[in-house]
Amino acid sequence: MNDRTVNILFCGTGGQGVLKAAEICGVAAVFAGLHAKKSEVHGMAQRGGSVESHVRFGRQVFSPIIPKGNVDILVPFYADEEVRLKDFLKPNGKNLLPLLIKFRQAGTSVRYLNTYLLGALAAYLDLPPETWDKALEQEFKTKNLEENKRIFLEGWKEVKP
Amino acid sequence: MKNPDIKFLSGDEALAQGAYEAGLAFAAAYPGTPSTEILETLAKFPEVNAQWSVNEKVAYEVAFGASIAGLRSLYASKHVGFNVAMDPLMTSAYIGVNAGFILVTADDPGLHSSQNEQDNRLLAKFAKIPLLEPSSPSEAKACVPYAFTLSETFDTPVLIRLTTRIAHTKENVEIGERQHVQPRGFTPNPAKYVMVPGHAFRRHIELEKRLVRLQEEAEASPLNRMEMNDLSFGIITSGVSYLYAREMFPTASILKLGFSYPFPEKLIRNFAGQVKDILIIEELEPMLEEEVARLGIKHRARHPSFRIGELRPEDMPAVNAGQERVFETPTTRKPVMCPGCPHRGVYSVLKKLKLTVTGDIGCYTLGALPPLSVIQTCVCMGAGITMFEGFSKALGKGVVGVIGDSTFVHSGITGLVSAVYNNTKGLIIILDNETTAMTGTQPHPATGETIKGVPAKRLILEDLCRACGADHVDVMSAYDTPGLEKIIKERAQEDALSVLITRTPCKLIDRVKKSPVRFIAEGCRQCGLCLNVGCPALSKTESGFIHIDKNLCVGCYVCSSYCKFGALKP
Repeated sequence: MNDRTVNILFCGTGGQGVLKAAEICGVAAVFAGLHAKKSEVHGMAQRGGSVESHVRFGRQVFSPIIPKGNVDILVPFYADEEVRLKDFLKPNGKNLLPLLIKFRQAGTSVRYLNTYLLGALAAYLDLPPETWDKALEQEFKTKNLEENKRIFLEGWKEVKP
Repeated sequence: MKNPDIKFLSGDEALAQGAYEAGLAFAAAYPGTPSTEILETLAKFPEVNAQWSVNEKVAYEVAFGASIAGLRSLYASKHVGFNVAMDPLMTSAYIGVNAGFILVTADDPGLHSSQNEQDNRLLAKFAKIPLLEPSSPSEAKACVPYAFTLSETFDTPVLIRLTTRIAHTKENVEIGERQHVQPRGFTPNPAKYVMVPGHAFRRHIELEKRLVRLQEEAEASPLNRMEMNDLSFGIITSGVSYLYAREMFPTASILKLGFSYPFPEKLIRNFAGQVKDILIIEELEPMLEEEVARLGIKHRARHPSFRIGELRPEDMPAVNAGQERVFETPTTRKPVMCPGCPHRGVYSVLKKLKLTVTGDIGCYTLGALPPLSVIQTCVCMGAGITMFEGFSKALGKGVVGVIGDSTFVHSGITGLVSAVYNNTKGLIIILDNETTAMTGTQPHPATGETIKGVPAKRLILEDLCRACGADHVDVMSAYDTPGLEKIIKERAQEDALSVLITRTPCKLIDRVKKSPVRFIAEGCRQCGLCLNVGCPALSKTESGFIHIDKNLCVGCYVCSSYCKFGALKP
């Protein structure tokens, strides 16, 4: 891991698990010994409206929100939100929209969408795998943990077969 | 975590952790985004006596009372919540404190979840109390022990100002031990604690002297620091704006003000003497800008258009160039009431009856949006009832005021008493979803539970309304749309003042799902009446029929009550 700050933008609508996914990503970065920041908007936006969360990590992170045009990886949970926010991507930034489409086609329960996309995202990042395990264990209740770990791996394998 | 003493905390959580470690003994607040999690975090510590108060004025006074009686105390609210506590704020500044007293305002530049974007830094100047502006969660935590010492050393309440991007940002925060602070007890001192004119006049003299001493303190405060780099370009900034400046102008010299009022004049002059060109970066009001201008220091500032809305890092080049802000039309999805939300049934009836409706602050403000478009006004907490009274005086019958249960307890009761006293006729509806929904389902006096999860004596809203003198008080289910239609029609036109309580729990606390509504295509005449209720679970298909999203539908069957042709069945 070099000194550069990694910028990830999660977006979707209220109730999709966008904030949970961002939280796990931030926690994994902290477990990896990095300085992480996660910024989001709660409140009225929860009621089915647009939800976005910015996660940044590196040696030292300043701004809690990613400057427009600096997003390394865009993680859309909802296609319309991807349209709204794709301008935030840097040139040649990674857009996970194809994985969202793939997940929709596979017909897996929508409650696991966040874990699937998180697994795919993790495959693009170079955080140690054990930090993801620890973050998943901390954030999911034990009864759904195994299923979430399985779906996470499915997302991961979609990127790194 | 790698280091067991590091946690990933939001600004609200970090500030609460800092207060806990600084020996905080008492805290009070009313929920309000983005401040809510401060009290929710404090409530988890057994050593801290924390409470949801009835409203912000009450919270302020209870916490101030605890400080005067010897406990380190904290008050927290969102920016507009602080307006409700203005009365005690202004005079408590004269009185000062006994044990340390900290005020937290969580402002909302950009109005993510608020009715205005007032800048509460100005409150510090107005009340003449010190202002601390952390930039991040870890700074929010670190400034609390400093604030308690400042409060006790200078005998003053201290204002800590967060904004949404600090309160709702998480970062690595180091956890420490709790400091034991002995309660100070209370010693009567009428000249200090009883603000009759003669005493208050002398306290005002003390207040002005204190401000001079506080300014000296700010000059040398570790919260104010110069980060000297390229001397041809200097920036004066505070709060989250500091982080945007650091990010976008990495080589600039920066004067970061974490203790920004009273304004450290010598420090500013010192900084100004070292750098060639000065740019002031701040959000909302031109507070730093006016202070620097007052000192006669040559500087550059934002175009005045940047006083509107939230700053973002990508705005920095335009701020530096003095360019006018370009306002983009937001393309974000609008929030909607949840599927099965009990407000929807009530609103569908009000829409059908074409009544003029004054609204209030809460999820039910969303009833102003299409397709319901029922609410005609939204001003502040409690105004659903008082604006109703004003509307009734101007327009006569056919006006209805709506308010939520938590909001009614917060500041609706006085409005009801006023309406009764002043012989107002018409209908007030309390949309009782048995929680404070918009801020994340906090308990309140009518839920019978405290912030600590301890049972409390339950406030019975119907008894209270009768005691206030309402002529009729009816309690009904919010899903019974035919019944609601009958009673609302009658009560709105009667020569009486009535209260209707629609009592059905919020779907965020009552997660029970009934079987989804069934669509019977043969019955559907494609009239679209069911879509008027605005439920996200219902949509029109290309062929003109209705599609029911079975993942979203919770089986409230409000839509089916509007289908005359039996096409939507429970």
